[in-house]
Amino acid sequence: MEIDPFIFRLSIFILSIFIGYYVVWSVTPSLHTPLMSVTNAISSVIIVGAIIASLSGNDDAIFTSSSIYGFLAIILAAVNIFGGFLVTQRMLAMYKKKKKDK
Amino acid sequence: MSANLSAILYLVSGILFILALRGLSSPETSRQGNLFGIVGMIIAISVTFLSVGNFSSGFIYVLIFLAIGGSIGAFIAYKIPMTAMPELVAGFHSLVGLAAVLVAISAFINPEAFNLGSPGNIKLASLIEMAIGAAVGAITFSGSIIAFLKLQGIMSGAPITFKGQHLLNALLLISILILTYYLCSTQLSNLFWILVAISFLIGFLIIIPIGGADMPVVISMLNSYSGWAAAGIGFTLENTALIITGALVGSSGAILSYIMCKGMNRSFFNVILGGWGGSEQSTNNQSKEQRPVKSGNADDAAFLMKNASSVIIVPGYGMAVAQAQHALREMVDTLKKNGIKVSYAIHPVAGRMPGHMNVLLAEANVPYDEVFELEEINNDFANADVAFVIGANDVTNPVAKTDPQSPIYGMPVLDVEKCKSVLFVKRSLSPGYAGIDNDLFYKENTLMLFADAKKMTEDITKNL
Repeated sequence: MEIDPFIFRLSIFILSIFIGYYVVWSVTPSLHTPLMSVTNAISSVIIVGAIIASLSGNDDAIFTSSSIYGFLAIILAAVNIFGGFLVTQRMLAMYKKKKKDK
Repeated sequence: MSANLSAILYLVSGILFILALRGLSSPETSRQGNLFGIVGMIIAISVTFLSVGNFSSGFIYVLIFLAIGGSIGAFIAYKIPMTAMPELVAGFHSLVGLAAVLVAISAFINPEAFNLGSPGNIKLASLIEMAIGAAVGAITFSGSIIAFLKLQGIMSGAPITFKGQHLLNALLLISILILTYYLCSTQLSNLFWILVAISFLIGFLIIIPIGGADMPVVISMLNSYSGWAAAGIGFTLENTALIITGALVGSSGAILSYIMCKGMNRSFFNVILGGWGGSEQSTNNQSKEQRPVKSGNADDAAFLMKNASSVIIVPGYGMAVAQAQHALREMVDTLKKNGIKVSYAIHPVAGRMPGHMNVLLAEANVPYDEVFELEEINNDFANADVAFVIGANDVTNPVAKTDPQSPIYGMPVLDVEKCKSVLFVKRSLSPGYAGIDNDLFYKENTLMLFADAKKMTEDITKNL
């Protein structure tokens, strides 16, 4: 009997939850705010769905009822991607070690 | 681009996202981690363009909208003050949620574009995944909007409760399940729209009863939801990058909520069912008698600190409100010049989001190796001369260790009272968020400094 591809995706999903579990426990508590902003940025990878949706039309009908939702989603996800990564970078740049010599 | 190749490249970007989170295990590796995340995102987006392969004029619009969103995001990222980070994160979560809803709607209207069948005849599994993605996305969206409004102060942080609230929420959740079932058997688009509308309503209803200081839990929880929404959409699109990322973000948010709940010694359900603070207040007022309080001024505080050999600073949300982090750093610099050892003690739930205080201190150029977590530093209070509590309250309340009747009993607190002397900067004697009196105020060795946190810190620096 053949295995449904869904099962493979489900396996990836479950294993990723475990990876996430162990990786996130190793995040130092002082970086929990950057953790939130970076997870926020990467979850915007949902933009791939938005791109597929927005390119569903053709040259004659770029803006169909479904592609408009896609374009809107692209804007939202793009705000998140740029905003999320840049604000994380800005925060992380502030974490400095003690200067040895004063 | 072949489907296999793009699947492998999506896997690569998923792995880069894992490395991005892994990097956050220490500040040194974190910046590199962020870079991995950016590369992963670029790969995912480029692969999508190549695998769709439709370079019609629609493609130009995609780039235009990407640029519009990107510049808005970049603008916000550079302008936002660090004290507003909780609002920003809540706002960003709402965008992920809404994007998930939009993608799900688009897939429902035009399933052919996603290879999911035809309208009215969508594959069963895809339809369920779509419904889950849309519902969780909608809950994330409206919940985050409420969290944003509460954090921003546009909406009162006080919990909003009414009779039958939990029953209503439960009924709505059940109705979502029933709707999903009927949606799958009938494929009626109206059911889909009702499902989305009810989900928006649920998100709104579950966040309004939760009070301002529970926001660390709420933000982490919504972070988790945004991940599950992304994963739901990932299943619909059969996209590994999305599935991996969704799972990572989902578990990350869940762990953060767990840590925050543990920091308050409350169960997750206790927080979610909400309404802390409001009801407790009334029971405590009657037992309140006038107890003597020692209060002092900046001069007294400066005198105490000058004669100390070690000082521990305990910052809380009040420091963020007063924007006192830079003034605090200046004070500490002066203390250090006088050869006094200074460290910072951070309670897990200090502030309005996980790690809030650490970011503010980092912004004020406080080296991160002077900042300690509760477990690391709690034993040091007994050996320290002065504890300087600025903007924190409930997290220092010794009642949590002594009075089993207290609502915060059992919550881990900073052992501030073990210091030789305690300086407590506060505007008035009013109780903190939990609505209970802080015993620390009346201790023999506590000196209350009634003033705005920033002004008081500046005055102390002048007097040092």
